[in-house]
Amino acid sequence: MSVMIDTGNYIAAKAAVMARPAVVPAYPITPQTTLVEGIANYVKTGEFKGEYICVESEHSAMAACIGASATGVRTFTGTSSHGLLLMHEMLHWAALARLPIVMCNINRVVGPGWNIWTDENDSISQRDTGWIQFYCSSNQEIFDTVIQSFKLAEHEKVQLPVMISYNAFILSHTSMPVYVPDQKDVDNFIPKRIPKWKLDVDNPITFGNIILPAAYEKVRKDMQDSQEYAKKLIPEISKEWKKQFGRHHGDLLELYKCEDAGYILLSMGAIGAESKVSIDNLRKEGIKIGLARVRCFRPFPREEVLKLGKQADLIVIDRNISVGMEGAVFTEVKAALYNNSDAKAYGFIAGLGGKDVTFGDIEKMCKKVVNGKAKQLEWFGFEGV
Amino acid sequence: MAIKNLPREECYLPGSAACPGCPATMALRITFKALGKNTMMIVPACCTAVIESLHPHTSFDIPTMNIAFEAAAAGASGVEAGLRMQGKTDTTVVAWAGDGGTYDIGIQALSGALERGTNFIYICYNNEIYSNTGIQRSGATPYGAWTTTTVGGKTEFRKEMGEIIQAHHIPYAAQTCIAYPEDMYKKLVKAKGIKGPKYIEIMAPCPPGWRFSMEKTVEMGTMAVETGAWALYEVENDKVTFNGKSKLILEKKIERKPIEDWIKHQGRFRHLFKPKKDVKRIKTIEDHIDLIWERYRKRHL
Ligand SMILES: Cc1ncc(C[n+]2csc(CCOP(=O)(O)OP(=O)(O)O)c2C)c(N)n1
Ligand code: SF4
Repeated sequence: MSVMIDTGNYIAAKAAVMARPAVVPAYPITPQTTLVEGIANYVKTGEFKGEYICVESEHSAMAACIGASATGVRTFTGTSSHGLLLMHEMLHWAALARLPIVMCNINRVVGPGWNIWTDENDSISQRDTGWIQFYCSSNQEIFDTVIQSFKLAEHEKVQLPVMISYNAFILSHTSMPVYVPDQKDVDNFIPKRIPKWKLDVDNPITFGNIILPAAYEKVRKDMQDSQEYAKKLIPEISKEWKKQFGRHHGDLLELYKCEDAGYILLSMGAIGAESKVSIDNLRKEGIKIGLARVRCFRPFPREEVLKLGKQADLIVIDRNISVGMEGAVFTEVKAALYNNSDAKAYGFIAGLGGKDVTFGDIEKMCKKVVNGKAKQLEWFGFEGV
Repeated sequence: MAIKNLPREECYLPGSAACPGCPATMALRITFKALGKNTMMIVPACCTAVIESLHPHTSFDIPTMNIAFEAAAAGASGVEAGLRMQGKTDTTVVAWAGDGGTYDIGIQALSGALERGTNFIYICYNNEIYSNTGIQRSGATPYGAWTTTTVGGKTEFRKEMGEIIQAHHIPYAAQTCIAYPEDMYKKLVKAKGIKGPKYIEIMAPCPPGWRFSMEKTVEMGTMAVETGAWALYEVENDKVTFNGKSKLILEKKIERKPIEDWIKHQGRFRHLFKPKKDVKRIKTIEDHIDLIWERYRKRHL
C-alpha cells in the first residue's frame, strides 16, 4: 500500500488503470479532462497496457466501450455533463446489452448558459438508463468505488454498467491523500472478467436483432432483478473491501450518528461529506440528528430508507431538480416511505449551478425543519438574481 | 473469379426477413463468402437489422452485434480494439450500414474511425434511401427521386461520398454494385488483405423503395453502371482505378447509356414521365451525371 496525494480525477485515473481495463475510449470535457489525461499519461509510462482510443465524441466513446466490452474485455471511460447527455442513447444500449462497463461522471451543470461548476442534473437525468449509480464524497471513496464497481458490474448476477459520479472541482480538482493498495491486491479483488455473452467467431450469435414484446419484457425484468440483486451485493463488496483494506464508505447508504436520531438528513456527494460537520454541530446544540448519505442512487436503497422513516423524520437536500416536480432524491425517499411509514419528509433544493453549500447552510436547513418552520419543499438560499 | 468458383460455404442462412429481390441480401451473401467465417459484423439500425430475422433466431452464421443508428464505426473501433487486446488480430471486423447510417447520421463516427486508422472494413450498401423506416430521403438519394419525404421529387443532388472518403486517404476504398458479384467479391477479398481502414460502397437497387418489380434488382444495378449513375472504381493509397464498364466510360471507349434507360423503369421517377414528360428535370439529371464524369476524367485520366 502507498499514499497518493492527488485530485479526484487523477485518483480515478489511477484506480481505473489498476483495474486493468483492456480498452479505454474517451473524449475530453471540463472538468473530466484531467481524468482522461491522467490515463493518457499512464499509456506513456507503460502503466496502462490497454488500448486508449481517442474517439471523436462521447457518443462514440460509449459505442466503442460497447463494442470492446462485447468482445469480452474490461472497459472504462469518463465523462461529464454534456458528454454524458450525448451518450444517453448508448447508456441505454450498454445496460440493455448487459455490458459491465465502468464509467466516472464528474457532476457538472448542464447548459445553457455554459457553466462548469457542479450540480447533479447531468447524472440524475440518466436515472432510468439501467446503470448502477454511485455518488462519492471523497477522493478515497472515488478510488475505492471504482475498483469495487468492476467487481459489482461483472458479477454473474449483475452484468450491468456502473456510473461513479463525483462533484466538479470540489472533488475532481481538489487534492486529498488517498491510500492506494498494491496492484496484486487489486488483481485479487477483481479477478478476470468472465463474460455472459460475447462476440466469438467460434460461437456465432446475433445480438440485438428484432425482439418481440414478451421476450423484450423479460429483458427489462432481468435488469430489474439484477439491480435488486446488486442491493444485496453492494454491502457484501463493501464488507469484503473493509476486511481487506480497512476502509468502509457505507453500503447503499452511509449512516452517521443515526442510532438515536429523531431527524435524519439525506444528501449525496460532496454535500454528503459536508453534512457530517453539520450533524456534529447540531448535536452539540442538543438536536438528535443523524446523516444517511445516499451513496447508491440506483439501485435506490428503498428498504433502508423505510427503516429510517420508522425511526425519524427525514430531511432531503437535492443538488438537482426534476423540473416540474422536485429534487430527485426527495421523490425517491417519499416513494420508499409511502404506505409503510408516518414519517414526515422535507425537501430542499440547494447548490444548483454550482452554488456553494456550506455546513452552516446545511445546519440552517435542518434547524428550519426541527423548529417546525420548513415547508414540505423549499429552495434554500435562493437569490433570484 | 467466376461465380461458379466462389466458395460454397454459406454464412447467409435461409429464413431471413428480407423482401424478395432484396439487394442487401445479395451483397451479404457475397460478403460472407469473400470474408469467411473469421469475421464479425457490427450493424446499426437499417434493413439489415430486420434481415437478420427475429431473436432468438438469426440468418447470419457470423457473430453479429446490432448497435445504434449512428454508432457502427465507433462500435467497430471498440470491437477491433477488444479483439486486438486479446491477441485476436486475424478476425475481420466489419461495420455494415445503409446509406442513411453512412452518408447522414453515422458520418461523424465513420470519419472518426477512418482518421484513427481503425483496422476494419466499413461497408455501405447504398439503396439511396432510408428503407427501414419506409422510404425517406437520404443524402444518397438522387435528384428527382420520389421518396415519402420528397414527394414531388428530390430537389438536391446526392452527396459525393466517394470524395469524402478519399479525403481521409485510407489505404483502400472501392465502389461496387450487386449486379457485379465478381467485382464485389474481388474488392472484398482485397480489402480483407489490407491493414487499416477500408471502405466499400455497394450499389443496392431496392425494389420496394425504387418501385420496380422484384426480379429486376440485378438489371437495375447493371443499368446504374451502364448509364453512369454509379461508377465502379477502387482507390489504393490514393491511386484511383476504374473497373469494368465504368473504366470504358471513363476512357470514352463506350458511351454511357442515356439516364432515361435507368430511371424510366423505376416508379420513384414516374412523375418525370407521367402525365407529361418532364424534359427539363430529366436533362438536369443527365447534365449532372456528365458533370460528375468530367470531374472523374479531369482527376483520374
Ligand atoms: C437515432 C435514430 N434515429 C432514427 C432512427 C430510425 N431509423 C431506423 S433505420 C433508419 C433508416 C435507415 O436507413 P439506411 O441507413 O439507408 O438503411 P436502410 O434502411 O435503407 O437499409 C432510421 C431513420 C433510429 N433507429 N435511430
Ligand atoms: S426495403 Fe429494400 S433493402 Fe430493405 S429489405 Fe426490402 S428490398 Fe432489402
